[in-house]
Amino acid sequence: MILRESFGQGLTGVRQNKLRSSLTVLGILIGVAAVIVLLAVGNGSSQAVANSIEKLGTNSVSILHGTFRTPGSSTSGSLQKDLTVADAEALMDSTNAPSVKSASPVKQARSVACTYAGTTHSTSITGTWPSYFEASNSKVTNGNYFTNDDVINGARVIVIGQSVAEQVYGTVDPIGTTLKCSGTPFTVVGVLEKKGGSGFQDPDDVAIAPLTTVQRQLTGYGSLDSITAQAVSADASDAAQSEISTILDARHGTSATNRDYQVLNQASLLTTTSDSNQVFTVLLGAVAAISLLVGGIGITNIMLVSVTERTREIGIRKAIGANRFTILSQFLIEATLLSVIGGVSGVVVALVVSKFQIAGVQPIVMPLSVVGAFVVSVAIGLFFGSYPANRAAQLRPIEALRHE
Amino acid sequence: MGSAEPVIALRGITKVYGQGEAEVRALDGVSLTIHPGEFVAIMGASGSGKSTMMNIIGALDVATAGTYELDGINIEQLNDDALSVVRNRKIGFIFQSFNLIPRTSALANVELPLAYRGINRADRRRRAEIALTAVGLAGRASHQPNELSGGQQQRVAIARALVTNPSLILADEPTGNLDSSSTAEVLHLLDETHRRGNTIVLITHEDEVAARASRIIQLIDGRIHSDELVRA
Repeated sequence: MILRESFGQGLTGVRQNKLRSSLTVLGILIGVAAVIVLLAVGNGSSQAVANSIEKLGTNSVSILHGTFRTPGSSTSGSLQKDLTVADAEALMDSTNAPSVKSASPVKQARSVACTYAGTTHSTSITGTWPSYFEASNSKVTNGNYFTNDDVINGARVIVIGQSVAEQVYGTVDPIGTTLKCSGTPFTVVGVLEKKGGSGFQDPDDVAIAPLTTVQRQLTGYGSLDSITAQAVSADASDAAQSEISTILDARHGTSATNRDYQVLNQASLLTTTSDSNQVFTVLLGAVAAISLLVGGIGITNIMLVSVTERTREIGIRKAIGANRFTILSQFLIEATLLSVIGGVSGVVVALVVSKFQIAGVQPIVMPLSVVGAFVVSVAIGLFFGSYPANRAAQLRPIEALRHE
Repeated sequence: MGSAEPVIALRGITKVYGQGEAEVRALDGVSLTIHPGEFVAIMGASGSGKSTMMNIIGALDVATAGTYELDGINIEQLNDDALSVVRNRKIGFIFQSFNLIPRTSALANVELPLAYRGINRADRRRRAEIALTAVGLAGRASHQPNELSGGQQQRVAIARALVTNPSLILADEPTGNLDSSSTAEVLHLLDETHRRGNTIVLITHEDEVAARASRIIQLIDGRIHSDELVRA
């Protein structure tokens, strides 16, 4: 009953000073909106990075031929051994490499001009095994994958990426047509699903053909460029990485200091980037939190003014029977109303702003940040309103009545 | 008159402000008993202790020494919140400067003491309307204080004082800020209130106002100088 009364009095207090109230509300609004939007931007950018890494396949472990030599670690006279198909086969060993699900040798033919019906497009052709599709997270949406038999037979079949399909074929269905790449005719058997992507490399500007065919027709039989292995799960990719290193060290006669290959693990890359993104997000959030704090101080300031201005009114209320709790709750409710109105409108503004790209990043609002910012804004009203409200409650009626 | 319990019983009330050199004895051993139904005027020049008397009788302040019983309740033992309850239930205040809550309608002002008492909305609205009608302001219920004349504001304040049906009406220079016709209206309302059996303590320095009372107490330098019955 008394609380409902105080609520009415508090609401009247907010309404009586419209300009002052709305400026105070604006302070909280900006703080809350900044917290939500900036956290959403941080979240959006880490999601974008995570997505582009996931497109490469989170379970995939890449073994690259060669290594960057660091000064001092140069191994005099050591031969750099080729990465071979035999290496890839050795990795598919369920006793020594239980975490490795598959290993596909990869040979790249770069900048190959492919022609169909007079249209030419230059792309890179990956020669590999069918297991590569799964390991690299490449799905065929139209047509089929090539098979192990195609690899054994050196069949001239090819699976093309979306960008190649659009550039060369336009609206024509590529399946079954003959695409001439560097003079070799390939039968198109499949088109890959669009990966889309950010960054400077278009992940859809690719073509995938059987390893044997690429070696025979385009690149020759030198060292492989890489082996794309697939771990049994994302969690197992660290284990897979060390198993791969052990097997390849044994085969190449190398150790951790003088390897002639590099093992890259997408999962650990993902963790590293998301860690650094988290730091970024926390920094953004901290800046926004400061503006929320400043908004809170604004509430204290305006409520102190309000209490001083209404000293006499407080005295009258106390004289006719308001106790300390009633006065305290009236001013606390007034302060909290300001912060709640600011909080709610801040959430609304943040949700609208988050629909737009900010600095090239599509913000992704975290539901927890919305709830959090709202709760914090209410807490700010209670916290920053409590000092002025308490001052009002402690006023002695005779002194308050004598005021002015 | 002597048979009923007194509304106010002051014994040896002393109020001291300041310390050492700056010490001021605003009240110096005042003893006073006021019975139900009395209309008492407390008179005195400025500095005589009138205002201090009003604060202590109104339970707005507590004495330095002495005891004060209001309707049988020992005031000096109460804390701030208990004093609020006593003021709300026992006393109806009428101030010189009206002291209505600004930007709040006349009706809401009259309702306020009932709201602090925890009476539900419908009941207090009904009672506030009756009180406003009694002071002749039923048509001004929705007006805010700054839309009312001084006399009207004071009548709203009287309605607010009467609405809780208090044991004591305490009026502090109620006509001090009013013109002569408004003064007459307000004094007439006080007369009526007295006639209905309410106990009124009126603090004033004007003889013509005090003349309405049935008993006049003169304060000089914080002591009771004279205490006489005017009308039986």
